[in-house]
Amino acid sequence: MLTFIIVSKPLINKCESAALSFHLPEPFANWFAGNGWQPRSHQLELLARVQAGQSVLLIAPTGAGKTLAGFLPSLVDLVDRPKPKPGAARHGIHTLYISPLKALAVDIKRNLETPVSEMALGVEIETRTGDTPVHRRQRQKLAPPQILLTTPEQVALLIAQKDAARFFDNLETVIFDELHSLVTSKRGHLLALGLARLRTFRPGLKTIGLSATVAEPDELRRWLVKQPPQGEIALSELIHLEGGAKPEITILKSSERIPWAGHSARYAMGEVYEAIKQHQTTLLFVNTRSQAELLFQALWNINEDTLPIALHHGSLDVGQRRQVEEAMSNNQLRAVVATSTLDLGIDWGDVDLVVHVGAPKGASRLAQRIGRSNHRIDEPSRAILVPANRFEVMECQAALDANYLGAQDTPPLREGCLDVLVQHVLGSACSEPFDADELYDEITSSAPYAGLSRQMFDKAVEFVATGGYALKTYDRYAKIRKDDEGKWRLTHPRIAQQYRLNAGTIVEAPMLDVRLTRHRGKGGNVRGGPVLGKIEEAFIESLAPGDTFLFAGKTLRLEGIRENTCYVSNAPDTDAKIPYYAGGKFPLSTYLADKVREMLADPQRWKRLPDQVGEWLKIQKLKSILPKFDQLLIETFPRAERFYMVAYPFEGRLAHQTLGMLLTRRLERARARPLGFVATDYAIAIWGLRDFGLMFERGELSLAELYDEDMLGDDLESWLAESFLLKRTFRQCATISGLIERRHPGKEKSGRQMTVSSDLIYDVLRTHEPDHLLMQATRDDAAHGLLDIRRLGEMLFRIKDRIVHKRLDQISPLAVPIMLEIGKESIGSDAQEALLAEAAEELVEKNK
Amino acid sequence: MTALALKQDKSGLDIDFRGNHLIIDPSGCVYWPDEDTLVVSDLHLEKGSSLATRGILVPPYDTDATLDHLAEKLTSWQPKRVISLGDSFHDDGASTRLTGPSRARLMQMMKRRDWVWICGNHDPSPPESLGGMHASELYLGTLMFRHEPLMEFVPGEIAGHLHPCAKIRRRGKSVRRRCVAGDGNRMILPAFGAYTGGLDLKDPAYQGLFQQTSLKAWMLGLQNIYEIGADQLFG
Repeated sequence: MLTFIIVSKPLINKCESAALSFHLPEPFANWFAGNGWQPRSHQLELLARVQAGQSVLLIAPTGAGKTLAGFLPSLVDLVDRPKPKPGAARHGIHTLYISPLKALAVDIKRNLETPVSEMALGVEIETRTGDTPVHRRQRQKLAPPQILLTTPEQVALLIAQKDAARFFDNLETVIFDELHSLVTSKRGHLLALGLARLRTFRPGLKTIGLSATVAEPDELRRWLVKQPPQGEIALSELIHLEGGAKPEITILKSSERIPWAGHSARYAMGEVYEAIKQHQTTLLFVNTRSQAELLFQALWNINEDTLPIALHHGSLDVGQRRQVEEAMSNNQLRAVVATSTLDLGIDWGDVDLVVHVGAPKGASRLAQRIGRSNHRIDEPSRAILVPANRFEVMECQAALDANYLGAQDTPPLREGCLDVLVQHVLGSACSEPFDADELYDEITSSAPYAGLSRQMFDKAVEFVATGGYALKTYDRYAKIRKDDEGKWRLTHPRIAQQYRLNAGTIVEAPMLDVRLTRHRGKGGNVRGGPVLGKIEEAFIESLAPGDTFLFAGKTLRLEGIRENTCYVSNAPDTDAKIPYYAGGKFPLSTYLADKVREMLADPQRWKRLPDQVGEWLKIQKLKSILPKFDQLLIETFPRAERFYMVAYPFEGRLAHQTLGMLLTRRLERARARPLGFVATDYAIAIWGLRDFGLMFERGELSLAELYDEDMLGDDLESWLAESFLLKRTFRQCATISGLIERRHPGKEKSGRQMTVSSDLIYDVLRTHEPDHLLMQATRDDAAHGLLDIRRLGEMLFRIKDRIVHKRLDQISPLAVPIMLEIGKESIGSDAQEALLAEAAEELVEKNK
Repeated sequence: MTALALKQDKSGLDIDFRGNHLIIDPSGCVYWPDEDTLVVSDLHLEKGSSLATRGILVPPYDTDATLDHLAEKLTSWQPKRVISLGDSFHDDGASTRLTGPSRARLMQMMKRRDWVWICGNHDPSPPESLGGMHASELYLGTLMFRHEPLMEFVPGEIAGHLHPCAKIRRRGKSVRRRCVAGDGNRMILPAFGAYTGGLDLKDPAYQGLFQQTSLKAWMLGLQNIYEIGADQLFG
């Protein structure tokens, strides 16, 4: 047995370099030595700190041995414990490892088993995810492993069990992997509440957070430890390992013409294919699943050497995904086309090139994805960025500059969401009756909810009990009720069952299974066939039998829909409609947007851009204006009997959509007769029947007033009232809060009389109790998410008195990309009415 | 049916149904001027509290919302007679769960009017205490009112029960709305209640009810009604 004293080496920064002692048993020391390695100093420091009972945040670049560092304290502790005698009661879970991705848990198990078996430690390690078979999950409750690798959802379910306190009574350590990605979402909120509960079970619990570089490490340090009452702040220890070789990133220097608009990057496929051929294993990242399908198809079409290229995205069948992951780790593939399902922490061994198709949308995301190649700290990662259009060229260049600068643009953390809070309150009651004071203290000890007022907490409890309505008619149907001891107790065991079916914070759009069958022709019966994956019901419903689309790397023909399955057949050699996926589109980050505006304003920097893009900007300067960094450019011009106004805020699609809605309202009021608008990540275009430019010039319409911040007041309120976006947000909040039940396979047809659509509930609640907790949760979400009101507000403030208007007699070069997007937008309520009117007119025409 | 020969104004769409002039209101109820009668279907009052008994605590305001909406329609059409086409109450216990104010409001609306409660499958015996007439079928002139459409051929039948909805697709996008459905012989009204969903006209439940060649869906827009032919329907 060895005991070391280490003094922090220069490699470790930003932590008190106090002398720390740690204890590393012989098998470990021998194992390191036997492999010709030395434990790294951050691994040893983490070991020492955890052995001293501290909680620690470890920030390190990929390839720094973060995973081993995280598990080392637990492995050492388990080896030191006396082995239980045969037949004795089992010890229970010692360490929980929580990762944002199922695939990551599986991958970590694979990686951990090697050292554990080489050292013959005899430590039991198991995974538990949504994919784990029920019988194994049940067995795990009775005979838990020492180390359990799991996801946030499973943690929520485990702590809501009846005997949760006993189940966790041996828990020593919780490891949070990819903490920077966990904490930004509602999943992070639920997990923070779960952690607070675990700390109640085990007050001495140690937490370890593993994270990539973040802008605000203190936010994560806070998240890891119990927060004292009254606004004081507690932080975990921090080990910050900098360095790693700088990645080699280039933007594809294409000899082809870069398109104005679009997201397919088809123009570059030949060059991308060449790059794949020149490397051992290439990972290709895209932003959406539909892009993944398209890219895969395009590569396959030119794959003359029949290289083994695979496709991986979240909608594919689990079995298929695992196969791809296996083949990848065995180095059987030359390339994998993937979405974000793969971009976190999975160790892919011998990847020597990352290709990012489309703009990365955020510098941090890019860094993370590039970290996939060459998973060794001392070798540089290699990456090629392939912009799909000209604005993306600028965005890629900005991201590239940022990555070299080590800039970080993770979004600021939000306060804990209310819908998650009520879910947790019900979960707590499912586990055991709770005392409101105690639960309030526990909840406010978690960082996201540290600022939760007692009044709001009481409202949340009321919501769980009776729906929390001003009209108190549901008292007799209460889900939880105070018992004689003053504790809130479930009124019926059925409620715990309902909770288990509805727990979690991921609300997916309703999905249908996709099953492959044979083409039957008209009227033929469809049945059977292998499952290819899942697809959004809303998408399939917009198709008619016979329509074709890309999915799972195949061109498929829709044969029919039966209950919750959609049947398809192979449709080779036909052009397919492209699947549209609602999710997976990230807006341009604020940080990158700043960089793009900087670049636009500075002709010196255009030299780094491809010639055709530089030319494009030069012509823009000639024909119109290039705005200064802090200015907002507005162009107006006529085109095909309509008048256009194009603005370039660069604030991301979501904020632009909201801006578009609000501007059209204002223009309508000013009798400028707007007809519609379209928004991209970079710009917004509004068109109408009157000459906006002339109105500005004559002073009939004031730009300053049009873009005044006060649009976020009454206009926003009245628009929100009818926005379908808000209904979508409400549906999520209503599901997470447990107001409406999730749809479960096979239960969809349980009868239309038995359920109510969330849209109808929203309408009723908005008119009758607009201040209800769920309405509040919905508005909070909208401000941060779909509507991005926060960002819009910051932009309006920034451009005050800095609007430049250019009246043109024709379209400007900068306006071309957005003009090409017109007609591709999704559908709002006015547009729906227009479609209905069109259909009605068609019938009249036919009957003439 | 010569719907489009008659003009559509703000208050509804005029249609001819077996020689009777009817007006479809954008809310989905139907006004019959010659009889000064308003027909409304599937109110499903107290559906919210019915769900609450099963632990689904949806906002308890659906009855109020439905009554608000109905009151609005009574104010604009001022009918002498109201026919509620069944499933007016979501279940047998609905009238006992009805709050005092809601009950008073409903009775106020029924005052000085002939009010006919047609029995539905959810409310086979609508509450006596509210007053009004009870019937499983009602014949008026050449028209017949009942809750569930009959499978046999009954010209002039106006029914509810199925909560018809129609869906169209244009330019790759689909729009789904509640609708009044009719083929000249039979008419089915959409559900009026605040918490009532819809069933697509393409669902097998409608099989055999309509002559497909003459089937029309009057889809309810925000202010307007859109007449759609059966061959334009999607789903």
